[in-house]
Amino acid sequence: MLDKRINHPLHEKEGKEICFSEASLQKVEQIISRYPKGKEKSALLPLLHIAQEEFEGYLSVDVMDYVAKILNIQPIEVYEVATFYSQYYLDPVGKHVIEICRTGPCAICGGEAMQAYLEKKLSVKEGETTTDGLFTLKAVECLGACGSAPVMQINTEFYEHLTFEKIDQILDELTKKAKEAKSEKSLWKEKFF
Amino acid sequence: MERKILLKHLDVPGIRTFGVFRSTGGYRSVEHALKNMTPDEVVEEVKESGLRGRGGAGFPAGMKWSFIDRKSNKPRYLICNADESEPGTFKDRYLMEKIPHLLIEGMICSCYALGANTGYIYVRGEYKYIIGILNEAIREAYDHGFLGKNILGSNYNLDIHVHSGAGAYICGEETALIESLEGKRGNPRIKPPFPAVVGLYGCPTVVNNVETLANIGFIVNHGGSEFARYGMGKSTGTKLISACGNINNPGVYEIELGLSVREFLYDPKYCGGIKNGKELKAVIAGGSSVPILPANLILQTAAGAERLMTYESLAEGGFVSGTMLGSGGFIVYDEDACIVRNTWNLARFYHHESCGQCSPCREGTGWMENVLHRIENGHGRQKDIDLLVSIASKIEGNTICPLGDAAAWPVASAIRHFRHEFEEHVLHPERCGRNEIGKLENVES
Ligand SMILES: Cc1cc2nc3c(=O)[nH]c(=O)nc-3n(C[C@H](O)[C@H](O)[C@H](O)COP(=O)(O)O)c2cc1C
Ligand code: SF4
Ligand code: FES
Repeated sequence: MLDKRINHPLHEKEGKEICFSEASLQKVEQIISRYPKGKEKSALLPLLHIAQEEFEGYLSVDVMDYVAKILNIQPIEVYEVATFYSQYYLDPVGKHVIEICRTGPCAICGGEAMQAYLEKKLSVKEGETTTDGLFTLKAVECLGACGSAPVMQINTEFYEHLTFEKIDQILDELTKKAKEAKSEKSLWKEKFF
Repeated sequence: MERKILLKHLDVPGIRTFGVFRSTGGYRSVEHALKNMTPDEVVEEVKESGLRGRGGAGFPAGMKWSFIDRKSNKPRYLICNADESEPGTFKDRYLMEKIPHLLIEGMICSCYALGANTGYIYVRGEYKYIIGILNEAIREAYDHGFLGKNILGSNYNLDIHVHSGAGAYICGEETALIESLEGKRGNPRIKPPFPAVVGLYGCPTVVNNVETLANIGFIVNHGGSEFARYGMGKSTGTKLISACGNINNPGVYEIELGLSVREFLYDPKYCGGIKNGKELKAVIAGGSSVPILPANLILQTAAGAERLMTYESLAEGGFVSGTMLGSGGFIVYDEDACIVRNTWNLARFYHHESCGQCSPCREGTGWMENVLHRIENGHGRQKDIDLLVSIASKIEGNTICPLGDAAAWPVASAIRHFRHEFEEHVLHPERCGRNEIGKLENVES
């Protein structure tokens, strides 16, 4: 079952009104217009994707309440959806979420070893975040790329035909990039981990 | 036998764009349907074609369309099911990535036939870049007057929107998909009423798979009877098969239904045989939900006939010695694969994806996962094997949606055909080294 515990971490939001950027608000409006009048709730899943991307990579209760307000629905209607779907994160995550596929077709093509390698390399278990806040490792179900197994997805990017060397390369690159651009965005995470 | 309907123009450079797609004859079916045919005539052609749903169940598309409630004066909807989460299946992604306009063209004809003025494409959340490709294709179609108001001066209006899921296999089930599209948890609805009568927002709705809809353009252009000349018997047309596992050439292939399984498996044009010169052990022919078959039964039926890639031939022998064409997710296992481990893996998948509404599915999938985990890890008992069979049989047929069956069949069929392997795991757990693969200490860095 996909049920996840709703967690309300002590983030420092007090006094700051949560609000989408101008660009996101336009997008939100456009998305809502795709559904008939009175059926705005249909926009909930896409809106949660946007919210998650904009607000630090996960859905805090405050963020969910904000989305509820936009769609004029009860907060509980947002919580019950956010807890059901595996792509919504209710806890803070690292800058990059690594989703390694663990389902049958990948597993018989070396997927299990890739997951173990990632756990070892990052010194985390499935579901955990590295101490530098850079990577969260998640084991996920079939990503629809079984023909190029083993497979992982980082953010929206698919990485296919994985080998240990390839994983080294990918992670090195992402680490290097993150070090070069220590943006505001990654700073907040250091407060958490 | 190399006749293609869907991927015919795959290799034309730039086929993803409107201009190139159009130059290969794209969108002609829309002009033809809107100018020369009534909606009912389109439905008739689809009936005549014998096209069966490509999402897994294989229900005749034309018949499904004819169930749509035409008397109610509510709006009607067409939803394209692009949730594609069945393990082993990746054909819809391929089609949408390479030739997105084929889907849009098919959807326009289909919406016209159904009298729908709005269509949604429900794409699984993991395919974010596909959403970008589809949005671009849709924008091009609007720009060229194939979507929007008064299409080609016909007075027919149609909008198509892309909608993103968020990671839930169950949302591929059509009523769960509708719930999800309404902004709710993906809990399947009890049928009847069927979506054709009470679907999205309580309105008449048809849900069809990506590949099903992509075939409609051809049927409108050439007629249902021409389509029916492809394939074999009641398995008309071609089918996209996504092949994966221990084979030389994993990938997506468009085959004419009727090709022999042996040819598909060993011909270098398709799978190209088993990787590393190993022996074939087993195949799951239609996505992880269909029964697994051992090498001898996938190549030949129990009666000794050559097994063919058709709905009928794969099903021959029922669940005793047959399987299903399903979604066309063709997963191949070589001699080294551990059936027990694979069965545990899939049981875990179904447990994880159960929506939890019905107790047989919610509890049964978890129970099967636990027992299989125990056997796989060397703590199994002899009676566990029969226990699994019994749990599977109690889930099957006793649930709201077919996910329960989909969870039961892989377990039941693995034990039916590979019972000795389960027994071996119980008696001599140390002999199978496969469960060591994922352990950290065995990973060399
Ligand atoms: C658990 C479950 C998952 C399903 N997943 C998909 C899917 O990912 N894609 C799909 O097209 N059909 C899927 N189906 C089948 C749909 O319910 C439905 O039959 C199909 O979309 C109808 O389209 P078709 O008639 O064109 O095949 C699934 C069914 C079940 C029970
Ligand atoms: S069979 Fe399983 S997935 Fe389907 S409705 Fe029941 S609990 Fe949910
Ligand atoms: S099993 Fe890994 S992508 Fe399908």
